[in-house]
Amino acid sequence: MIAFLIQRLWHAFLVMFVISLISFSIKGSLGDPVRELVGQSVSVEQRNLLREEMGLNDPLPVQYGRFAWDALHGDLGQSYFYSKPTLDVIVEHMPATLELVLCASLIILLFSVPVGVYAAIRPASWLAKTCMGISVVGISVPVFLTAIVLIQLFSIGVHITPFPTDTDWGTWLNELISTDGGLPSFGRGNELVHLFGTWDTGFFSVDGLLHLLLPAASLASIMLPLFIRLIRSEMLEVLQSDYVRFARAKGISPGRIYFLHALKNTMLPVITVGGVQIGTMVAYTILTETVFQWPGMGLMFLEAITRSDIPLIVAYLMVVGLIFVVTNTLVDLVYGLVNPTVKLTGQHA
Amino acid sequence: MSEETSTADLRAQMPGAWARFRKSYLLYSFKRDPVAQLCLLIFIIITIAAFGAPWWAPTDPYDLTGIDIMNSELPPMWLDGGDAAFPLGTDAQGRDLLSTILYGTRVSLLIGFGAVAMQCVLGILFGLLAGYFGGIIDATLMRLADIQLSFSTLMVAILVGAIVKASFGNLMFGQVALILLILIIGIAEWPQIARTVRASVLAERSKEYVDAARVMGFRAPRIMFRHLLPNTLSPIFVIATVQIANAIISEAALSFLGLGMPETQPSLGSLIKSGFDYIQSGAWWITLIPGAVLVVLVLVINLLGDWLRDVMNPRLHKG
Repeated sequence: MIAFLIQRLWHAFLVMFVISLISFSIKGSLGDPVRELVGQSVSVEQRNLLREEMGLNDPLPVQYGRFAWDALHGDLGQSYFYSKPTLDVIVEHMPATLELVLCASLIILLFSVPVGVYAAIRPASWLAKTCMGISVVGISVPVFLTAIVLIQLFSIGVHITPFPTDTDWGTWLNELISTDGGLPSFGRGNELVHLFGTWDTGFFSVDGLLHLLLPAASLASIMLPLFIRLIRSEMLEVLQSDYVRFARAKGISPGRIYFLHALKNTMLPVITVGGVQIGTMVAYTILTETVFQWPGMGLMFLEAITRSDIPLIVAYLMVVGLIFVVTNTLVDLVYGLVNPTVKLTGQHA
Repeated sequence: MSEETSTADLRAQMPGAWARFRKSYLLYSFKRDPVAQLCLLIFIIITIAAFGAPWWAPTDPYDLTGIDIMNSELPPMWLDGGDAAFPLGTDAQGRDLLSTILYGTRVSLLIGFGAVAMQCVLGILFGLLAGYFGGIIDATLMRLADIQLSFSTLMVAILVGAIVKASFGNLMFGQVALILLILIIGIAEWPQIARTVRASVLAERSKEYVDAARVMGFRAPRIMFRHLLPNTLSPIFVIATVQIANAIISEAALSFLGLGMPETQPSLGSLIKSGFDYIQSGAWWITLIPGAVLVVLVLVINLLGDWLRDVMNPRLHKG
């Protein structure tokens, strides 16, 4: 186990090293920090002096060493636009993204497990088939398009009158297929409750929760089909295994078999995939936050690109890289702990 | 001399490529699968419509002189205020939406196929190298693939796109956006194909015909490309189909974020983006009609990929 742990940590370290190298080379090759600092009116001699003072003429390994040393001490440079340490800027924007991801994960968890299990238990039923059909379509719809459709439906509202309006049933059907809209689709609202530090939460006000609704639903929509399909196929496999058949033969009630015996083994691969999918989730937050102008890390990153705020881009790269590496390592370790069939290095079965 | 004639006879007796295709399981199962037939039909219609756009699109959206700003934001012709000259309405700059969508689909398809071609070149090369040589080459390449996959391909594409755009500047980027997007998506998604190729090569490498080739003194490149590659083609084919859909979605996402095609030469993604600015004013058609085209295109490619996977590799099929 200790060998496995050390191997995973070594891998995590290697990946972080590569990410820091990439970040360093971006920082070195894009933009000129001296020009950003002093503007146009400073003479060449003074610029060169400043360049020497800032250590920009040092050998590259020395510069990289300084960069890594600063990064390890939580100093990822100053943002050009915010004129603040980049890490502070990122920490300010992090709670919004975290709340969004948390809500989306809750929605995914609440819907994918029952639907996936149902589709595995009754694969031939029309309801299960409908759900699977919808999930195939769901995979093909990009997340920003789902978000736009949701905005059109629930924020702007749809009023169409394909049925005759002069009859009662026509009016009723028209009402039925029209939506009112009115849900907020922009930002996080004004009624945020201050929690601690830079964390203002939207969880404790009706307005905040309403603002969360559409972005969280959009973010969840892209992962939901994936998890439903995964849970269904894993569950189908588990249901055909010997121990489930044996449990059936013993006369254990179907509910107990499904939710106690089968679901446990179904969730194992689901958790692994879930951990790995966090990376995809971060990418999708950039898209969701852009559509809803959600003031999180994704939107901040995109704005940093349009403003050519190189230090902020680099800091985002490092922070996101760290999040990935930590989650992936944790998932690997948990999987190694939970699943005894994973062969750990150093052990010879 | 006699031996040569017998080889020639044998070759003459062998069925041609077309005859083999006619008797293949691929065609047999295609004939019995209405979903696959419908998907292929829709895909072919969209492709022909898109690539033939210069011939039958009502207007040329790249031609700035043909655009009248007074025509901007006209609704589709079946709604009040619609104009029969613009069947699907116009966008915010007064371009005919139908023509813009046809040209945009062409751009999306070009990038989709180009990016997958790029992926295949990188993926096959690295996959063959890793699988055939093993050792340190394998470890390095697969570790790189793992890292990239754990970041998710879309994230890598966004990051690479951001860096490339920051270093090129807006104007330069717009001029070569098509090529750059193909490169970016190709670089971001090669691990999928490399992994598949490597897995097949590992399975094939220990077979006798590879040993025989090695004993006969063939060198590594010849064994890799002439002997191993043909036997790994069918899984590559399956993955590549799905990857086209993924590449089109990635391109749309990048364009939506403003890291892709410029508005003067829009793809489906940049059309959706430019329409999104006007959705609050009620002009839903600028964004939702290209969106619908994008979804149909990606859906039929995904369904075709699913069908191919089931036919070509029954072992992969799960649930």
